[in-house]
Amino acid sequence: MAFSIPWESLAGGILLGISATLMLLMNGKVAGISGILTGLMTPKTKDFAWRLLFALGMISGGVLAALMLGGEAPVQFETSSAMLAIAGLLVGVGTRLGNGCTSGHGICGIGRLSKRSIVATCVFMAVAAVTVFVRFHVL
Amino acid sequence: MNNMLFRLTSLLAGVLFGIGMIISGMADPAKVLGFLDVAGNWDPSLMFVMGGALMVFMPAYFLLIKPKQKPLNAEKFCLATNKTVDGRLLSGAAIFGLGWGIAGICPGPVVSSLALGNSGAWIFFACMMVGLGATNLLICINNSKHAESQTA
Repeated sequence: MAFSIPWESLAGGILLGISATLMLLMNGKVAGISGILTGLMTPKTKDFAWRLLFALGMISGGVLAALMLGGEAPVQFETSSAMLAIAGLLVGVGTRLGNGCTSGHGICGIGRLSKRSIVATCVFMAVAAVTVFVRFHVL
Repeated sequence: MNNMLFRLTSLLAGVLFGIGMIISGMADPAKVLGFLDVAGNWDPSLMFVMGGALMVFMPAYFLLIKPKQKPLNAEKFCLATNKTVDGRLLSGAAIFGLGWGIAGICPGPVVSSLALGNSGAWIFFACMMVGLGATNLLICINNSKHAESQTA
């Protein structure tokens, strides 16, 4: 079987890289989504405005990609509402406790060769893979 | 520092991030679970998302950003200074990995999906915000207690 490069994934990744570069080079800020969202819950800080604009930009970028660029995003998840709620809660607690998610650690942290981010990314990838293994092949 | 430019940069970077999340396939949980299912019919395509992002960000960081004293339109680089791998980092990453493995959804993709008519995205998002906020509060309380015991 010939392996073909998934161009959409690569192009999407390049856009994430450009976005992260713009934020750090211009504004000195890390494009970490869990951090940006946490900041949105403390509206009185001076960092509130740029975080809100970034989040609103993401929402509109998502619409733009789905409507005009043929991006694939489901209109309904297969996971039940209860499991979505539990997973959402775990993702919120875990990313705050571990100071980052796939973007902050996986892109911005690894990109700077931060030891903490490399370790965190290995841990959350491994735990996620084990979770999927248990769900699909054990249960 | 130009405040207008600062905000426009954030908005533009957000739009690029949202487009990247959707076209890359990261916002499709079935694809994410296929990527995480290394023992099954493994779909490696999402490796190219992180690969593509690092292909741009890593050289940009080391060649353009790191040599600079300060950002082009701000006073300083706001980067993490903590360099120790501690229990909090490891347990946080593990809890995040568990949640990511259950639903195949992480923070970036879910925010990018909020206006696509998917009610499940809002359920996940709302609970994630509760988790972020509650943990943040506990960390703040813990930090101020620590500061008090140090000054006392």
